[in-house]
Amino acid sequence: MGLIQLGRQEKDGAPDVITTTVEKAVNWARKGSLWPMTFGLACCAIEMIAAVSSRYDMDRYGAGVFRASPRQSDLMIVAGTVCRRMAPVIRKIYDQMPEPKYVIAMGSCATSGNIYDSYSVVQGVDRFVPVDIYVPGCPPTPEALFDGILKLQERIMQKRVFVKQPEQVKASLKV
Amino acid sequence: MSLQQLANRIQENFADGFLQAVEWRGDLAVTVRRDKLHEVAQFLRDDPAMDFDYIVHVSSVDWPDDEERFEVVYEFYSIKKRHRIRLKTRVPESECVVDSLTDLWKGADFMEREVYDMMGIRFRHHPDLRRILMPDDYTEGYPLRKDFPLRGRGWRDTFEFLDETAR
Repeated sequence: MGLIQLGRQEKDGAPDVITTTVEKAVNWARKGSLWPMTFGLACCAIEMIAAVSSRYDMDRYGAGVFRASPRQSDLMIVAGTVCRRMAPVIRKIYDQMPEPKYVIAMGSCATSGNIYDSYSVVQGVDRFVPVDIYVPGCPPTPEALFDGILKLQERIMQKRVFVKQPEQVKASLKV
Repeated sequence: MSLQQLANRIQENFADGFLQAVEWRGDLAVTVRRDKLHEVAQFLRDDPAMDFDYIVHVSSVDWPDDEERFEVVYEFYSIKKRHRIRLKTRVPESECVVDSLTDLWKGADFMEREVYDMMGIRFRHHPDLRRILMPDDYTEGYPLRKDFPLRGRGWRDTFEFLDETAR
């Protein structure tokens, strides 16, 4: 899918209009500017930082503009071990993000608690926020995180924007 | 002053409170009676030959089979004299309280709170003895005790805040 490139026809004679659905155009815009929010909690955050910096350059996928405020971000990357005391904070920040919003559980800890089967560690963030993509690894490499982001982008492309979500899909998205 | 000399000096000054001194791989650990802990600590800080001006660490050990179940461990260092000592005392479960050393070293404050939070040992005359790692309203007990279940008692799986958020 592409968008209109003005003036192209004058330059090389190629047609400068394509047809698509508005829904696809909206989804394309959404997936191309995922502004993530930093939620580094442990060592996974180091890999997340590496993924943004120059060697890996997450900005190539439009997901490099890390925000420190939930009100400016679309994507929460929960990177690290989630302690129970952090849980209400994560939920509050998730609630403060504007729709549409997505969550990536990065690493084994955020996914399942990993080896930390203890009294203070939540056994996966999906217990209190809806998670779109789980990235395995301990910690995942930047490439693995990219894979998660690309999968999320594929998923965003499949979302319905102007049509009401079917009820069963909506129900499955709830916590 | 060698570690042996340090131990001897404590023993000479506190014949009644001194229980034992163990030197192992260059570390000196002195065990004292609980009611003498504060006096010995003050001596360690103020005596010119000791001069322990820095509190490194406060921790605690649970020995579930022993008569005096808990052990509180203080570690001190002298920045000027460059020597180090570990001061231990035993605490029974029935009277789970030790004198606080916050009046001697301000740095003991948070570390004693952590011992209280994790092991349930109270510190007499502590200025602000509250939980420090766990929330104030945590009711499951003291997580580092040996009889505390590893997975806790359900707190990690209860998310009461979910009821308040619009879902």
